[in-house]
Amino acid sequence: MPQPAIEPVRASHTRAGKVAAAREDAPVGDRPLKAEVKGVNFFYGAKQALKNINLPIPERTVTALIGPSGCGKSTLLRCFNRMHDLYPNNRYEGEILLHPTQVNILSPSVDPMEMRLRTGMVFQKPNPFPKSIFENVAYGLRLRFVKDREVLAERVEAALVAAALWGEVKDRLHQSAFNLSGGQQQRLCVARALATDPELLLLDEPTSALDPIATSKIEDMVFTLKETVTILIVTHNMEQAARMADYTGFMYLGELIERGPTAQMFQRPKNELTEKYLTGSFG
Amino acid sequence: MIDVRSLIAWRKLQDRIFSAVGIICTTIGLIALAALLIKLLVDGGPYLSFHFLTSRPSEIFPQKSGISTAIVGTLAVIVVTFLAAVPLGVSTAVYLEEYARKNWFTDLIEINISNLAGVPSITYGLLGYWFFCYLLGFKAVVFVGGLTLAVLVLPIIIVTTREALRTIPGGIKEAAYASGATKWQVIRYHLIPYSLGGILTGTIIAMSRALGETAPLLAIGVGTMLELPPSPIQSSPPFLSFQWLNYPFTVLPMLMFLQTDSPDPILQKKAAAIGLVLIVLTLTLNTVAIVIRYRIRKRIKW
Repeated sequence: MPQPAIEPVRASHTRAGKVAAAREDAPVGDRPLKAEVKGVNFFYGAKQALKNINLPIPERTVTALIGPSGCGKSTLLRCFNRMHDLYPNNRYEGEILLHPTQVNILSPSVDPMEMRLRTGMVFQKPNPFPKSIFENVAYGLRLRFVKDREVLAERVEAALVAAALWGEVKDRLHQSAFNLSGGQQQRLCVARALATDPELLLLDEPTSALDPIATSKIEDMVFTLKETVTILIVTHNMEQAARMADYTGFMYLGELIERGPTAQMFQRPKNELTEKYLTGSFG
Repeated sequence: MIDVRSLIAWRKLQDRIFSAVGIICTTIGLIALAALLIKLLVDGGPYLSFHFLTSRPSEIFPQKSGISTAIVGTLAVIVVTFLAAVPLGVSTAVYLEEYARKNWFTDLIEINISNLAGVPSITYGLLGYWFFCYLLGFKAVVFVGGLTLAVLVLPIIIVTTREALRTIPGGIKEAAYASGATKWQVIRYHLIPYSLGGILTGTIIAMSRALGETAPLLAIGVGTMLELPPSPIQSSPPFLSFQWLNYPFTVLPMLMFLQTDSPDPILQKKAAAIGLVLIVLTLTLNTVAIVIRYRIRKRIKW
């Protein structure tokens, strides 16, 4: 007796696909590029972790990187501020051009410090310093030798407002950051990254250690932030990417399999692997 | 069929036997400690007085003999040891943890540092004697003693500082670097402040170790010292004097060691009194170390 043909699940039928379809904000039009990844290879010692990555990043948009664990999405993110330079035996090939100056971030002649001063990064686990809330946010400014108290206070407030944390902490700026909840700590880390007006905000699974309420606060915040900052976010949560990202890139085994506008990626992916990943056939 | 009851009874008996053995062993240790303290108290207790602490040692008048020069000498040597060992030890630890590349050479250094902590202390005395006295021609003066002890306690400070540095989560360091901090800024504003508790504890433990050392000082030729060193503060300009660094000295354990050998029964008893002073000093230092560690751990919880 012939087996009944099982109708394959389509990406557009997944929850993430529906989320992407239900987005109310208009897709971003053509924007000039903020950064451009060109033919990047990356090696941890002898192990190649990124293979010929090419990825345009339009300015003032959110680009999400998705893919199974170990696919290289965090590795790619950490190239943008040269975090790999902190550890020995790491090697880059290729270019990441930062527009409009056309500086190649990965060039050995570029000081990693410069890139870190021009970008902001938020990590998977909230990692505030054991200092006061104020000092945490002011940290980047102090590294830049901003001494004027008024300027410091102003910038700290602005960053905390942007990170949607000001209302909760304005009366206890000088208490230890360790007294905050996990979600608040993570928004504090965002504020710390924002205080120095980064050109590029790198978010490395910023909500994976947070509860749903804290997560939605971070997501709302990213929505507001993208009007001024270019954001690159790595996430495990596909619905999150579908909700927030303007562009989504799918990575697998160190390669960027596909990259496109989020709505298209989640509903009509061009690559079979992407389709399989989105529908949960693997990963 | 197994007789469950007798099995349980036998197991319970085992339990009781072991707890009895444990109690006996613990008691033996405690009794030894108590006996030591009681002996010291009985012998030395009656001689403990303000006068004893503030007068100079004397072999001619055992009744009046005190330990002031040993107290001052101990203090002076500890100051030198502290000033030499802490910057050296902390910098070495920071270098090894943060700067040094991991290769066979640094591995070798690591193993050796841990081993150095276990080298018999008299070896350091011989090293100090050979370097300062034989090669450089110094006598057994304060800075020679202090530097010799500094080499002795260096491994302790290095090891405890490295342990303290390692407890700082990598995420905190990455956060600082990602903000654009230089290595020095990360060390200066994060690593050192956050590991201060561990560094202080290690330092205090190292100092209390140095406080009780006799053998290395014996090797460099420290003996009884009847005179106080010149004061570091002078009444005339430039008001500060470093002459005391180049002055012979004695320390508490040395005086104690020499007086236990004395033919005079009173001096022998006074050796016990010195022992009491030493125990109080070491216990105080260790208590301070514990309090600091506790307070800082409470403040910074990762």
